Amino acid sequence: MRTKAENFVTLEFPSRSANEGFARAAAACFAAQLDPTLDELGDIKTAVSEAVTNAIVHAYPDAIGKVVMRLRLTGDVLEVVVKDQGVGIPDVERARQPLFTTGSEERSGMGFTIMESFMDSLRVRSQPGKGTVVTMKKRVSRRVGQK
Amino acid sequence: MTVTFTESGRCLSAAVSGELDHHHAKALMEELDRQIDAAMPRRLVLDLAGLGFTDSSGIAVLIRAMRRMGQLGGEIRVERAPEQAKKVFRAAGLQRLMPIE
Ligand SMILES: Nc1ncnc2c1ncn2[C@@H]1O[C@H](COP(=O)(O)OP(=O)(O)OP(=O)(O)O)[C@@H](O)[C@H]1O
Ligand SMILES: [Mg+2]
Repeated sequence: MRTKAENFVTLEFPSRSANEGFARAAAACFAAQLDPTLDELGDIKTAVSEAVTNAIVHAYPDAIGKVVMRLRLTGDVLEVVVKDQGVGIPDVERARQPLFTTGSEERSGMGFTIMESFMDSLRVRSQPGKGTVVTMKKRVSRRVGQK
Repeated sequence: MTVTFTESGRCLSAAVSGELDHHHAKALMEELDRQIDAAMPRRLVLDLAGLGFTDSSGIAVLIRAMRRMGQLGGEIRVERAPEQAKKVFRAAGLQRLMPIE
């Protein structure tokens, strides 16, 4: 019998690029409770890397600011929230379009597109001057023989 | 992340291993630029067998290397890309711009 598991962690870190690897590894470790496939784990790591990198690259262009990542498990669903208090996004719909970028040539404008296609849902709330909250959810399939 | 270059004839091969993200992308781009400029190869092969992870930062690295090779009249190909990397590259349609195996 499967019981409805409920678990969460919150991580707070400065917007330093060294934390990109840490954040996705932490998310993968947390998600491991759901016994995901390697593919699912790859999807989660990729989406988290995109969201956290955006907070590091775009939210605080000339400063170090605070990034908060919240991971939550409800039943079979993993929820990832990445929050910053940076510059915000003036037009979220436009920012979510494939290839849209305000970054340098080191960016490809594919971050939101990847988050959207690798996770089941993506919600972006942003206010210029206040910050951005990215919420992603993914259902992790229980495999046969799992309790 | 590490990258190891080998040259044979006019072919430059770059074996990338470890995790590729924004934190590492700039160094890799610069190293690729340097090696391409020095070798002036006909063909650049990116061997990604050891690439444990990439995000969209890898897309920008490939596009830049492709442009650079285009300027030299050469070609680029990606070999032995793990599934995770292939999925990221496919999301950006890179398989339409260069051979990815
Ligand atoms: N947390 C954020 N704060 C401020 N602006 C953001 C944030 N996240 C995204 N943006 C804006 O949305 C645009 C699109 O983001 P997206 O992740 O899709 O592409 P990118 O980061 O520019 O490139 P890539 O992710 O492919 O490296 C960014 O260029 C930036 O203008
Ligand atoms: Mg991005």
